[in-house]
Amino acid sequence: MPAGERVISIRNVRKSYGSEEVLHGIDLEIERGEIFALLGPNGAGKTTTVEILEGYRKRDGGEVSVLGVDPENATMQWRDSIGIVLQDSADFPDLTVREAISHFGHYYSRPRDTGHLIDAVGLGEKSDQKIRTLSGGQRRRLDVALSIIGSPQLLFLDEPTTGFDPKARRSFWELIRSLRDEGTTILLTTHYLDEAEALADRVGVIAAGRILEIAPPATLGGREKAMAKVSWRDHSGSLLQVETHSPTELVKRLIAEFDGEIPSLSVKRPTLEEIYLEMIGESNPDLLEEVSP
Amino acid sequence: MISALRIGLQRGILEIKQFNRAREAVVFTIAFPVILLFIFGSVFNDEIAPGVTFSQYFVAGMIASGLVNSGFQNLAITIPMERDTGALKRLRGTPMPPSAFFIGKGIQVLYSMSLQVILLLAFGALFFGLELPNEASRWIAFAWIIALGSISAAILGIAFSTVPKSGRAASAVVSPIVIVLQFFSGVFFVFSQLPGWMQQFAALFPLKWLTQGMRYVFLPDSFASQEVAGSYELGRIAIILILWTIVGTFLAVKTFAWSRK
Repeated sequence: MPAGERVISIRNVRKSYGSEEVLHGIDLEIERGEIFALLGPNGAGKTTTVEILEGYRKRDGGEVSVLGVDPENATMQWRDSIGIVLQDSADFPDLTVREAISHFGHYYSRPRDTGHLIDAVGLGEKSDQKIRTLSGGQRRRLDVALSIIGSPQLLFLDEPTTGFDPKARRSFWELIRSLRDEGTTILLTTHYLDEAEALADRVGVIAAGRILEIAPPATLGGREKAMAKVSWRDHSGSLLQVETHSPTELVKRLIAEFDGEIPSLSVKRPTLEEIYLEMIGESNPDLLEEVSP
Repeated sequence: MISALRIGLQRGILEIKQFNRAREAVVFTIAFPVILLFIFGSVFNDEIAPGVTFSQYFVAGMIASGLVNSGFQNLAITIPMERDTGALKRLRGTPMPPSAFFIGKGIQVLYSMSLQVILLLAFGALFFGLELPNEASRWIAFAWIIALGSISAAILGIAFSTVPKSGRAASAVVSPIVIVLQFFSGVFFVFSQLPGWMQQFAALFPLKWLTQGMRYVFLPDSFASQEVAGSYELGRIAIILILWTIVGTFLAVKTFAWSRK
């Protein structure tokens, strides 16, 4: 990790609800300009962690610095620099998209232009519709618009695409990438592995209140060094599968063996999902069921 | 400070816009008292003292209730709903000063209270023999009772907003309290004819004092002898309303929550 400017830095953060400790000492550092995805099953502590960073919850122990400030002492000036998309919201049903966005502009010192923002989040055709008439995906785009109207340096997105259809999810990802390209640091929680892989510069896996690993999606859990699975059909038509550290050697051998196409050839590296399930399965076998499709 | 006022004003505009568009709420807070006025005013039209009919007595009580409806009932129901939809949590995450939120609520209460009082005054004067006072002293009393009444009712509504467990439950919790207080406080019945324990219970809460103040404004001086204390007790009305405002402010500051849990 290059030594950039720390936007978020937390050390040994603990939190209990009643007698149950839900965060057992979380450490996390996020650099300016990156998209960081916090992955984990339901109940792992994702939202609790993020809400501590957003200033909504008090921690029981540890140190937290977000944009150089302890969120428990959040000032209006600090809030002027962050944007928050909460997990679910159903507010302001009777306002139009434009009314809500332009109203929220009054809260910030550097508001974006309402019209441009509405177009940027793809709600141009809906701008004069009541918010109650928006679909789930449109509603989420409005949430993002409301959270970035003040041009935040840091944006929190808590499970932003839950319930989206695949097309809506992809266009939402484009929106998030365009924010990163403008220099916004983004902390995202999700339980969609493809989302983390598509967006995140680094991911942190959290399970049962502990961070298991932090790494770029390509190398999480030693993924790049893991054995590849090579499968093909032999001359009799039966499927063979071999796990190997040197798939290229094996494929070369097969090319020599077969004349032309190798039937049903595939070379697979473990997906992020497989690595992830393995990680959280090891940390707590009970959790596995919750996330398996 | 300046920005809290500026944003508070914007919040007020937005609150009024939202209020006007939530039609059920408009009907509930604005039209319902007028409908009640027609029912009670038409059914009970006897003289309860020389020169005073029950409908005149009732209009005075309904104007007092209007302050409780648009302040206490309105905020104690809408704030829990806004807490459920996530509106309050979202606002808390922005640089909006919290005071601006309450300024906005105050503006909205002022708006719905004015609509309600003007409607009741107009219908009362046109159809139910309500006489608008012609002495300045009564209008001055009208102004400060309205001001203290709406401020205390709004603050108590904010303080009470943490009691209902959900937005759905809010109107089931709040409306009965208001209706019972109306029965006990001399809105639907002549206060001096209620049982003593009922009078004493009602005297603990602001509504009884608001109705009494409105009777000073709209009923003749001669009627003062019909009051339980033999006078309209303006000084005591002011003290009780100020005390409730102080208690309500203390409770609201201590307990107000921007999100559930």
